[in-house]
Amino acid sequence: MSKLLISATVNGDAQQFLCDSGATLLDALRDELGLTGSKEGCGSGDCGACTVVLDGQMVCSCLVLAAEAEGRTVNTIEGVAEGSELHPVQRKFLEKGALQCGFCTPGFIVASKALLDHNPDPSESEVRYWLAGNLCRCTGYDKIVRAVLDAAAELRQERVPA
Amino acid sequence: MNAPQDKTAFRPAYRVIGTRPVRPDGVDKVTGKAIYGPDFVASGMLQGAILRSPHPHARIRSINTKKAEALPGVKAVITGADFPGLAALEVAVGESSGNIKHVGRNCMAHEKVLYAGHAVAAVAATSSVIAEEALALIEVDYEVLPYVLTIDEALAADAPLLHDDIFTQGLDPKPTKPSNAALRFTIGRGDPDAALKGAHTVISGTYSALPVHQGYIEPHACVASWNADGQAQIWASSQGAFMIRSLTAAILGIALADIRVTPLEIGGGFGGKTTVYLEPVAMLLSRKTGRPVRLTMSRGDVFRASGPAPGGTMDIQLGADADGTITGVVMEFKLLGGAYPGSDTHPGAMSALAHYNIANSRVTGWDVLCNMASTAAYRAPGAPQTIFPVESCIDELAMKLGIDPIDLRLKNAVKPGDVGVMGMAAGEIGYVECLEAAKAHPHYSAPLGPNQGRGVAGGTWGNYGGPSTAVVSVSEDGSVLVTTGNPDIGGSRASMAIMAAETLQIPYEKVRVTITDTSSIGYSMLTGGSRTTFATGKAVIEACEQVIATLCQRAAAMWGVDAEQTEWRDGAVYCLSGDKQGSSLTMGQIAAKAGFSGGPISAEVSLNAQGFLPAFGVHICDTEVDPETGNVSVLRYTVVQDVGTAIHPDYVEGQMQGGAAQGIGWALNEGYVFDKDGRVDNPGFLDYRMPVCSDLPMIDTVMVEKPNPAHPYGVKGVGEVPIVPPLGAVGNAVSRAIGIRMHDLPLTPDRVYAAIKARA
Repeated sequence: MSKLLISATVNGDAQQFLCDSGATLLDALRDELGLTGSKEGCGSGDCGACTVVLDGQMVCSCLVLAAEAEGRTVNTIEGVAEGSELHPVQRKFLEKGALQCGFCTPGFIVASKALLDHNPDPSESEVRYWLAGNLCRCTGYDKIVRAVLDAAAELRQERVPA
Repeated sequence: MNAPQDKTAFRPAYRVIGTRPVRPDGVDKVTGKAIYGPDFVASGMLQGAILRSPHPHARIRSINTKKAEALPGVKAVITGADFPGLAALEVAVGESSGNIKHVGRNCMAHEKVLYAGHAVAAVAATSSVIAEEALALIEVDYEVLPYVLTIDEALAADAPLLHDDIFTQGLDPKPTKPSNAALRFTIGRGDPDAALKGAHTVISGTYSALPVHQGYIEPHACVASWNADGQAQIWASSQGAFMIRSLTAAILGIALADIRVTPLEIGGGFGGKTTVYLEPVAMLLSRKTGRPVRLTMSRGDVFRASGPAPGGTMDIQLGADADGTITGVVMEFKLLGGAYPGSDTHPGAMSALAHYNIANSRVTGWDVLCNMASTAAYRAPGAPQTIFPVESCIDELAMKLGIDPIDLRLKNAVKPGDVGVMGMAAGEIGYVECLEAAKAHPHYSAPLGPNQGRGVAGGTWGNYGGPSTAVVSVSEDGSVLVTTGNPDIGGSRASMAIMAAETLQIPYEKVRVTITDTSSIGYSMLTGGSRTTFATGKAVIEACEQVIATLCQRAAAMWGVDAEQTEWRDGAVYCLSGDKQGSSLTMGQIAAKAGFSGGPISAEVSLNAQGFLPAFGVHICDTEVDPETGNVSVLRYTVVQDVGTAIHPDYVEGQMQGGAAQGIGWALNEGYVFDKDGRVDNPGFLDYRMPVCSDLPMIDTVMVEKPNPAHPYGVKGVGEVPIVPPLGAVGNAVSRAIGIRMHDLPLTPDRVYAAIKARA
C-alpha cells in the first residue's frame, strides 16, 4: 500500500510528509515531523494530551487522520512560544507550579491558549469546563486553573491601549 | 561551617528554602521539548508489539509463530520459551522486595496465563502496523480454565488455583495445600477482645473498595538495545533507572554493569512505575534482531496489564469509652492482589491505626490472589483501603457520642513519644497540629445548605529513607552542577537545587540539576516512598558540605592559613586571621584556579538515609448529594498536612492537591469493572472515570511545618499521605449529607440513590 503525500502548514512552516491512509495526525506529527511535544495518553480522544489546533479549531490529533491535514493549518505545542519568548500561558504554568510530571502539560497549554484566543475573560467555571477534556493526574487542577486565570488577566492588561 | 544546628532558630534565616522559583526543567516541559518514554528514538529502531491473552485464566498448550515470522517486515517473534528459566529469587527493588520469578513471568507468561491481558508473545517489525498485523497471525492454543475475580471466589474451598506452589504464609502450622491466599499478617497489642467486651460503645461494619489504577497519563514505554558483545542500553521512563537495571538483569541473567539504563522524563507513576513490564521483552527482541526495539503500551494495555492498586473488604469493630477514648480495635482486611503475591498487606496493616494511640488492637491482613493484573504500589500502598474503615467508624462514633469529630480524633491522636505497636516511640510528628489547624480553618465552621454534608478524616503514611547518591561539582566559573539518579516525577530537580543553593549560600539560578543514567553515578533507590527530597536531598546537602570544606581548604592554602581560620559565608570563603584577615575568595575565583590548587572541586556522596518520619494529614470535604439522582458533587475541599519543611511550597501543595484528587476519584468514580468473561470492561479513560477539571473545586492547602530533626532542613516526605484521608473524608461527607452510613466505594450515583431509596 503506497503512502500519501500530505502538504500542510505546521506552526507557520510549509511542511510535506508521507503517511499511511490510516495514520492519525498525531502519528504524523510525532513520527514523520519529529514533533513529539504532542503526547498520546489514550489514543481515543479522552485525555487531551495530543491537543492541537487545526484551522483554528481545537482537536485531539489522535482522532484526526493525517491525510485530513492536507492544505490545512496545524498549530502544536512547539508553535506556542514566539521564538524563545514564552506565551503568557506557558510562563504562568511555570510561575504557578502548574505542572508536576509535565506529560499532560503540552495539551493543557494548547487548550488553554485556544480558550483565551476565544474568550479573554473566562470565569473559573468556564476554564474548568473548557479544560474538562484534558486529564491531569498529578495536580488536582488547582494550580492549572489559577495559571490560566492569571494568564488571562495578564493578556487583558496587554490589550489595553497605552 | 554552615549546617544549621537549631532548626527552629534557623528557620527564619532560610534564604532559598520556602521560596517558589521556576523549576529547572520547566521550559522544556511547557514547550514540548522534554523527552518522555514514548518519545525516544534510536538509530535503526524497530517497533515492537505484544500479544496478550484474551482469557483471564488458561493453560497455554502451544504457540505457533511461523505465519507471523513469515510476514515481510517482521524481524523477530518471541514467547515465554525465549525467557531464561527463572528460579524464585528475591530482589530488593523499592518499597517492597520482588520475587524475580513472578516479575519475569508477569512480563511474559509461561505455561499459564493468569489474567486477560497477560503477555504471551511479542513481535519486532519495521513498523507498528506490521507488528500489529503479525500479532494477528500468531496462533495460541489455550485450555481455558475457570477464574476467580472476587475474594469470596478466590477463597472458596474448591476455588481454581492460580499457582500450585503458593502456600499461605503466616499460618501456623504451615499449610500443606496450596492456596490463593498468599499471606496472612497480623499486628497488634494488648487484649482487644476484652476491650471490645468492656467498651461503652462499639462501632462495627464491613467496608469495601474496588481496585483502582494509578492512572498516569504516560503509558509505559521503553527502547532497548542489546549488542552482540553482551552490553545493553535501555531508555525508559520509570520511577527508578536502577530498579529497571536490577530487575532486567535478574530476569535475563546478565551482569548489572552490562546494562546502562537512561531515565527519560516520566509522565506520572504514583507507584505504578516501580516494576518492569516491557524492558526484558524489548531486550530479548533486540538481542534476536541486533537492533534497538521500542515497546509502548496502549491505554488498554495499561489498564489490563499494569498494576492496579488492590481493592478489598475490611471488617472492623471499634470500641470506646463514653468520653470517646478508643479502647480497642479488631480489624481484618483482605486485599485482592491480582495474579502474583505482593499486594499491600504489610503496609496496610501497619498503617491502619498508626495515627491513633490505642492500647488494644489486632489488625489482620490477607493477600488474596485473583485473575486480574498483578497489583503494583499506588501512593501510600495499602493505607487508603485500611484507614477508610477506621475513619468511617470514628465518624460514626463521633455522631453517636455527640462529640465533634476533630475533638474525638484529638483525644486519641498519636503524639511524639507515644509508643507504637512495634514498640517504637513516635518522633517529632505533627498529627495533633494538623487536627488543630483543621479545626481552626474557616472551612470547618462554614455553614452548610440542604443535602450537603461535611466529612473529616485523618491519615498517615510511614514514608521512607534509604540509599541515595548525589554528585556536586563546581564549574570553573563557580556555577554548580548537581547530579542524582532519581527521576524527577513532580519537581524534585527544583528541591535539589534549592537545598544545594541554601547549603552553599548562593542564588538558586547558579545551581543546575541533572538526572543521569545508571552507569554514571552510584546507586540510588527509586523515586518512591516519599523518599527523594528527604534521602537524595540529604546526599545533595552532604556533598555540598564536602565541597564547602574543599573550597575552604583551597582558599586557606592560597592565604597560607589553616582551614579553621576561614569561614564560608554568602558563597565565598572569608579569612578570619593573619594578614589576609577580611579577604574573601568567591567560588568562581577558587574554582578558576582549582587546577593549580589540587584539581577539580567536586564531591560524590552515597548514603543510606535514616531518621525519616511518618507524614500525617487531615482533610475536610463538603459534598452535596442530589436526592433525585444520587449524584455527589464536591463543593469544597481542604487539605491540612504536616510537611516538615516545605522546600518548594508550590510542589508540596501540588502533592497535597493531586493526592486529594486521586483519593476523591477512588471514593466517587473509579474502580475496575469486569465483564462476564473476566476481562476489564472499562479499560479506557471514557469508562474508567478519573476526576476531570470540572469535577473539582479549588483544593485549599494548609502546610503545617514541624521540622524533622534528622534532616538538615527538617524535611519529611510529603508525596503519599495526601491520598490516604480522602476515602474517609468523602465517605463521611456523603454519609452525613444523606444520613446513611456508606460502606462501599466508589460512591457512584446508583449506589447513593439506592441507599436513599432503601431508607425511604
